[in-house]
Amino acid sequence: MSAIVSVRNLRKAYAGGFEALKNVSLDIEEGEVLALLGPNGAGKTTLISTICGITVPTAGKITVGGHDTQTEFRAARALVGLVPQEIHLEPFETVMSTVSFSRGLFGKPRDDTFIEEILDRLSLGDKKDSKVMTLSGGMKRRVLIAKALSHEPRVLFLDEPTAGVDVELRKDMWEVVAGLKASGVTIILTTHYIEEAEAIADRVGVINKGEILLVQDKVDLMAQMGKKQLRIELSEPAPAIPDALSRYNLARAENGLTLTYTYDATGERTGITTLLNDLQKAGLQMKDIQTQQSSLEDIFVGLVKETA
Amino acid sequence: MNLNAVLTIYIFEMRRFFRTLTQSFISPVLSTSLYFVVFGAAIGSRIETVEGVSYGAFIVPGLIMLSVMTQATANASFGIYFPKFIGAIYELLSAPVSFLEIVAGYVGAAATKALFIGLIILVTAFFFVDLQIAHPLAMIAFLVLTCVSFALLGFIIGIWAGNFEQLQLIPLLIITPLVFLGGSFYSITMLPPIWQTVTLFNPVVYLISGFRWSFFGTADVSIGVSLFAIALFTGACLASIWWIFRTGWRIRQ
Repeated sequence: MSAIVSVRNLRKAYAGGFEALKNVSLDIEEGEVLALLGPNGAGKTTLISTICGITVPTAGKITVGGHDTQTEFRAARALVGLVPQEIHLEPFETVMSTVSFSRGLFGKPRDDTFIEEILDRLSLGDKKDSKVMTLSGGMKRRVLIAKALSHEPRVLFLDEPTAGVDVELRKDMWEVVAGLKASGVTIILTTHYIEEAEAIADRVGVINKGEILLVQDKVDLMAQMGKKQLRIELSEPAPAIPDALSRYNLARAENGLTLTYTYDATGERTGITTLLNDLQKAGLQMKDIQTQQSSLEDIFVGLVKETA
Repeated sequence: MNLNAVLTIYIFEMRRFFRTLTQSFISPVLSTSLYFVVFGAAIGSRIETVEGVSYGAFIVPGLIMLSVMTQATANASFGIYFPKFIGAIYELLSAPVSFLEIVAGYVGAAATKALFIGLIILVTAFFFVDLQIAHPLAMIAFLVLTCVSFALLGFIIGIWAGNFEQLQLIPLLIITPLVFLGGSFYSITMLPPIWQTVTLFNPVVYLISGFRWSFFGTADVSIGVSLFAIALFTGACLASIWWIFRTGWRIRQ
């Protein structure tokens, strides 16, 4: 795989002196779904806006499909579709007209059949002649996606596509993203929702205070940083943790009925077998055992706290 | 050159105009008719002729200019201000279009609308006064140049304006007074000498004078000076817009 978007040493300082991006470098592979996670004000939107040409970089270099976004802006921008975070639509236009406008703006000849296909794919087919202002919030968001797709981009940026969207629509949106990925579009999305990154991303980038903290394969990331927990339920409460078990750092629930053992799932020895043996030796009767994997959320919160 | 983009913007803007066709046409026709009634009939009956032209006919070029300048400025400023206001401008900034293409689309559409309105007023005028056009080609050329240059000015205002009040401010505070004081309804030779000199600093004087020359063959200032003034004004607007896009002033951070 080759990088379709490449960001090198990107810095963005606003007129007031605020440094929104500090020396960001990032490669986005063709065909992947990359989720950018970060708290409010982390620089997610600035990064996207700078790649798309809405904001001018203070320093650094960005290429899209090998084209420099500053010197070959036409070739670079033609490859990129952007779905902004806020709903910015002309209220008095019809869906069809505003989506066609986007296609024309990107230099593509008019193609009503193609646009109708996109609208159908986004379940907007029956709304094509409706005025934008008569649509619900969720539909407007889909119109924004239709506009971004109207000029057949190879890279699609979704800036918080599911912010303030109900659960059902969020699932719909994930399906749309999956469909786009299947058709070969590279997708970069920013989100607050960790479950969203977990559900649809191939790789996860964490950004905070204008710096990329890490970019990693989602599965690797979770395996590498993920801690596993073993919960042991006892048939009879243990009044205290026996000395023989002290090296396991067990956590005992207040009622004494549950013991929790935290271990590294990727380590060579997890210590589970010996723990279970020692438990038996200590005369504790086990009723049930469960394991839990820590979520991306735990990893994320941990990372952002470290840099705070 | 992204010609598709220019056409897309142009057609999109013209559609906005045709959607509000009645308002777009009725109001200039109505206000022109009122001007004819008030100035032409009430005052004209006392003045009769200015420089050998009946007063009713004499005010026609000024009236057309008044509407054309206001409409071109208002349409162009609104055209670019509205997407800025609702945020839809993100699309223009992220599209593979150059500043010249954006300007050509928006200014072209605003100038076309103003031109339409100018021609409608001209047609309306024929119902009220006996009118002859000495230099029709020059008349059209002056009209087009005025439409374009004031649409450029409107575009700058639209980019500059931070709210709807500011959008109205320049047309109200500057353009209307300049047009009224620019000899729309009188010949500047009718003013005391001191005011004649002051008037020469008003750029609109040159436009109206040139335009009037294309109708009646007489002018307050020479036609060459008029053309030079309008070229200077257009050039200044273009230079400002070039600077705006180069620095991203008020649109691209």
